Amino acid sequence: MSTARERILNAVRANQPASTPLPEIIIPASEIDLSTKFTETLNNIGGKVIAVNNYADILNYLEEATATRLLNISSIPELQQLRTLDHIPRMPHSLQDTELAIIKAKFGVAENGAVWITEDLLDQRVLPFICQHLMVVLDASSIVANMHQAYEKIGMESYGYGAFIAGPSKTADIEQSLVLGAHGSRSMTIFLINA
Amino acid sequence: MHTIDHAELADVFNKDEARVDWHDETLWWIRQKRDKAVNQLPEWELLRETASKIKENVLSNLAGYLEEFEGNAQKNGIIVHWAADAKEHNQIVLNLLKGKGINKMVKSKSMLTEECHLNEHLEHNGIEVIDSDLGERIVQLAKEPPSHIVLPCIHKKKEEIGDLFHEYLGTPAGNADPQFLTETARQHLREVFLTRRAALTGVNFAVAETGEFVVCTNEGNADMGAHLSEIHIASMGMEKLIPKRENLGVFLRLLTRSATGQPITTYSSHFSKPRSGTEIHVIIVDNGRSQQLGRPDFRNSLKCIRCGSCMNTCPVYRRSGGHSYHNAIAGPIGAILAPNLDMEKYADLPFASTLCGSCSNVCPVKIDIHQQLYKWRQVIVQKGYAATGKKAAMKMMSLTLASPTAYHLGGKAGRFVMKYAPIAVNNKLNPWYKQRDMPEPPKESFGEWYTKNRKA
Ligand code: SF4
Repeated sequence: MSTARERILNAVRANQPASTPLPEIIIPASEIDLSTKFTETLNNIGGKVIAVNNYADILNYLEEATATRLLNISSIPELQQLRTLDHIPRMPHSLQDTELAIIKAKFGVAENGAVWITEDLLDQRVLPFICQHLMVVLDASSIVANMHQAYEKIGMESYGYGAFIAGPSKTADIEQSLVLGAHGSRSMTIFLINA
Repeated sequence: MHTIDHAELADVFNKDEARVDWHDETLWWIRQKRDKAVNQLPEWELLRETASKIKENVLSNLAGYLEEFEGNAQKNGIIVHWAADAKEHNQIVLNLLKGKGINKMVKSKSMLTEECHLNEHLEHNGIEVIDSDLGERIVQLAKEPPSHIVLPCIHKKKEEIGDLFHEYLGTPAGNADPQFLTETARQHLREVFLTRRAALTGVNFAVAETGEFVVCTNEGNADMGAHLSEIHIASMGMEKLIPKRENLGVFLRLLTRSATGQPITTYSSHFSKPRSGTEIHVIIVDNGRSQQLGRPDFRNSLKCIRCGSCMNTCPVYRRSGGHSYHNAIAGPIGAILAPNLDMEKYADLPFASTLCGSCSNVCPVKIDIHQQLYKWRQVIVQKGYAATGKKAAMKMMSLTLASPTAYHLGGKAGRFVMKYAPIAVNNKLNPWYKQRDMPEPPKESFGEWYTKNRKA
């Protein structure tokens, strides 16, 4: 007897129509000020942007934050002194009490306020989801206008896991009332470095 | 055999008029949010056209893309399975769990598993499934199916949700505050995420060229489940494929703007390789899709990206509720997908439409939804599956449309009947007037008005 795979592929081959070409994506980006648009969009979806000039500014801002229960900083040497976890956790579950996680993003997208993050920037994939609050360090110069430019930038980069994250976790499942902090982080703050 | 049809189920929904109005207005509000988001993009129509063409290319080369995806996913260390139908899909999931001695699983939103009735199958076999999307958890507690593909409990009032939480999650009686109830669900489900060894998610897009797949959520539940489990099962309808990674740019721009008016979901997660020491399994499911691919009039329905905007805009869906479609996928798109699987059981669905075309206008991949509904009606009538009432109405309609004299006479007679004997119209032969107040008939028709006024 043939396998499910063969049966499915045979049925598809028998039924698929004559081949049509794959269109090129030629979609122009609007002329916008990228940092302004990014900030505006993120504010609209419940995120917050703090403009800074350098890591010293971030350290200043975070002075009080070091008092929080557990602070995880992945892969940002400039902020390692704030880290309260002294090892890289082997099990993702051990991050469950993370109050605040600070991570770096590869770039941001102005049209939707998303930042692109790949696994190499994280201790564990679950970190930006399991923490109560998420802060992201982003270079203003890395912001692109839209998702086409975003994928152009990603290109054929290889990653085990990558994600666009746009704002705090949210739900409106109960009578369409918007509530922040469904299962992921309750807030998302971006440190936008204007260098 | 008499199967309960859409009109009867809509009658049940229509008994509570205040609730119908509320349901109608809520969905229309979401439709308006979609419009606002869409109007900000001058390139919207170009995006839709491009998306539609990409999907056309996918459907016309589906076998090749499936093989390409499989090969690349395997290179990434993902294990790929094939399921010809719902039964095979459910069996694969069960075997994977049993093989690891797992009897509890957490699941994020997957309409495909609703289509396959996976939860029931696993529960019969002693496996507990907890749905982690808040809306899905709510309908699961209520022992109901989702009534909308994006907004699973859009039919529920917050007081009813408060009662459910009181009964199952121990919240104080009478508390219906969305913030409080969401926080309760967060605590309850966090415990679930941390203790489940298996997580199942859906797939929004699978990329042939890279072997990765993308899952979109606002809540973060798919990620919480997948990143904390040792086995991640991703169930995927085979039409979810796209050729290239760069195509994601087009679809991610369209999906949430169409669905809720958001510029993107909070999380768009790209799964390419398993974490070390864990497994990712992708199940590619046919379940009637290859058959639909062979129906030239209906194959475009496989372009659907499940945004739900055809439901939000549909005057029939808004006023009859998702459950009246008695199918995992409700609304206009459900009504063209369902008859492919069982023409007799779902013969009523293509008739649950005014054919106004609003669905086709909002569809981000430009499916000719209302035209397909019209075509299904003809197929269903020809094959003898149409209920008597609808057959008569259809005959009348094609008769009046075919003959101008009959159209004018029919209009006149209709206006006369409505004016003097509204009861006669409000009968079984006229499925769309049940439970509705008859509109005030115009004193003269457009035809009469035109004849009179064009001379003036
Ligand atoms: S048919 Fe079109 S509008 Fe309806 S859910 Fe699918 S993609 Fe969205």
